[in-house]
Amino acid sequence: MAKPKIAFFEFTSCEGCQLTVVDSLQDHPELLDAVEIVQFREAMSEKGEDYQIAFIEGSCSRPGDEAKLNEIREKADLVIALGACAHLGGVNAIRNRMPLEDVRKYVYGDKAEWYATYPARPISAVIPIDAVIPGCPIDRNEFIRAVTYLLQGRLPYIPDNPVCIECKLKGNVCVYHRGMTCLGPITLAGCDAICPTYGEGCDGCRGLISAPNIPALRTVLAEHGMNETDIEAKMTVFLTYQRMELEAADHDS
Amino acid sequence: MTVKTVKVDVHHLTRVEGHGNIVVDVQKGELKQCELQIVETPRFFEAMLRGRPYGDSSTITSRICGICAVGHATTSLRATETALGIEPTQQTVLLRKLNFYGEILDSHILHAYMLIAPDFLGVGSVIPLAKSAPDVVLRALRMKKLSGDLCAAICGRHTHPIAMTVGGFTHFPTTEELYSLRARLEAMLTDVTATVELYQTLPIPDFERDTEYIALRKDSEYSFIDGTIASTDGGTWPVSQYRDVTNEYLVPHSSAKHAANQRQSYMVGALARFNVNHDKLHPQARAAADAMGLKPGCTNPYMNTVAQVVEIAHATYDSITLIDKLLERGIQWEEPVAPARLSGEGTGACEVPRGILFHNYVIEEGYVVGANCIIPTGQNLANIEADMRALVPQILDRSREDITLALEMLVRAYDPCISCSTHMLNVAFE
Repeated sequence: MAKPKIAFFEFTSCEGCQLTVVDSLQDHPELLDAVEIVQFREAMSEKGEDYQIAFIEGSCSRPGDEAKLNEIREKADLVIALGACAHLGGVNAIRNRMPLEDVRKYVYGDKAEWYATYPARPISAVIPIDAVIPGCPIDRNEFIRAVTYLLQGRLPYIPDNPVCIECKLKGNVCVYHRGMTCLGPITLAGCDAICPTYGEGCDGCRGLISAPNIPALRTVLAEHGMNETDIEAKMTVFLTYQRMELEAADHDS
Repeated sequence: MTVKTVKVDVHHLTRVEGHGNIVVDVQKGELKQCELQIVETPRFFEAMLRGRPYGDSSTITSRICGICAVGHATTSLRATETALGIEPTQQTVLLRKLNFYGEILDSHILHAYMLIAPDFLGVGSVIPLAKSAPDVVLRALRMKKLSGDLCAAICGRHTHPIAMTVGGFTHFPTTEELYSLRARLEAMLTDVTATVELYQTLPIPDFERDTEYIALRKDSEYSFIDGTIASTDGGTWPVSQYRDVTNEYLVPHSSAKHAANQRQSYMVGALARFNVNHDKLHPQARAAADAMGLKPGCTNPYMNTVAQVVEIAHATYDSITLIDKLLERGIQWEEPVAPARLSGEGTGACEVPRGILFHNYVIEEGYVVGANCIIPTGQNLANIEADMRALVPQILDRSREDITLALEMLVRAYDPCISCSTHMLNVAFE
């Protein structure tokens, strides 16, 4: 059987997820025998346009990038969103709650019109996608697992559990008991609760579980000393786009 | 004189971070256009920090860059700590430095082996080398893995760091982890020597163009975190006066701003650090520089990668020294130092892999009201273009392919980090 051809693309992002892909090869160099990488601009000059699986990192944040996304969708059998920017809009969407003109002028002054932009959005808001590998950045083990699934003809599966379950399984002391706050109760697990393990509360980079009880969590955050501004800030590091969608559907508090 | 017409149009240069195009247009021997176009989407990080609690700044700005996430987080924390009157403990200073070395090593190894070396070995990427030179690739992966593990032991992961917080850390490496890392670093010294030997054999292009080199300097050490801004043209500036050095301006063909100090352009990065701080290097790193023919006052930008290899040696040897200091002190579980005040302005400056990085924040009652980040690649853009303008007339007798390759290698030598550099400026703090 011919090796599946895979390609990597990036839009508005830090390219950290693709670096994590490179890092995953440190422990799994055999992956290079199982697939043929035909395009990976950050790491190689060769450029093939014939591919079956496309991994896309980054948000779409300007109209001009939509054509490229459509082209990728047409060429690839499977399109996988790689990381929080592609999956959720990521940190790029923080500015979506701010007036766009203010944001542009703050950064580029009177030259703002030189640089095209529009509100940042996940890839799925532009083209249909087949699967996501969540996280900021992606977890390298989950990436290897996902590729293994894809090579077996299956789509990667992410259990609909909150981070708290994995955190408890690790035996961590809850960060709320250390005087911090955490979005673990409403955030999709799969990261092995890495942030609480290293002493920081979850910021929700993997996105919301299917039925998040946001009002209850707001109450908990307020009980732990956060004012409205702090709660909003906490819930908009990675979740701005998802929450704006929920609000539009009137499912947010 | 060569009367030649050449057009070079490299759309989305490969083996660099982010999206840039090289456009050169020579009409009948005359250089009409010579640009490194930055076509990355604007990122708007400074605008996004406004109104958020000060503790969010390092979490969010580390997302500016996957390669130098620890550098952004460290610089961000130093800016916030300066603004809020926080003095980190000695243990925090040592851990941050060790963590920083992990990133310097990771980034320089990635650049020297995976992004640069393929040009000299006649391949398009590191992947074919896995077959033709497996020992070189395995060495690179082994060194890179140790660099990442160094960061992981201290801050959870290199991209994006977790345990780094204002005033200290939220997690600490164990004594066992430090002993294990020390042993692996010792074992890596032969790989460092092999890297120096490899770069002794690579034919670095000859090209000289004198420019101004800017880097942080300290009396006590080869500086990566904090210091005074120093220039090879003379002059020093406290980091709080960074704007007097960077003098940023916008150009239409780049979503990243350009910068200029005492000349039309200046260079930052490993070569600038080497030129400014050569006397502070670890003796083994100085020996590596000598072996590779790199001398202070070097004006060949292609030698930037050689200077990175020198820093690989410095960071490896000095990491061992740092671990010894930490083991001698014993790791203490410290709470982060609390702010002395909740309002103020502060600038942080670090020498991240690609050069000097500034973060400046204005904080009022615990919330960010103004932010500015000035990125090394942005500071280098005008200098890269000046190099291109000087280089093209010297190589016009070559084929279009060779001219293109020489220009690509020039830009790659700077190790540009393009998604970092597109963001930009906050104009005024009223």
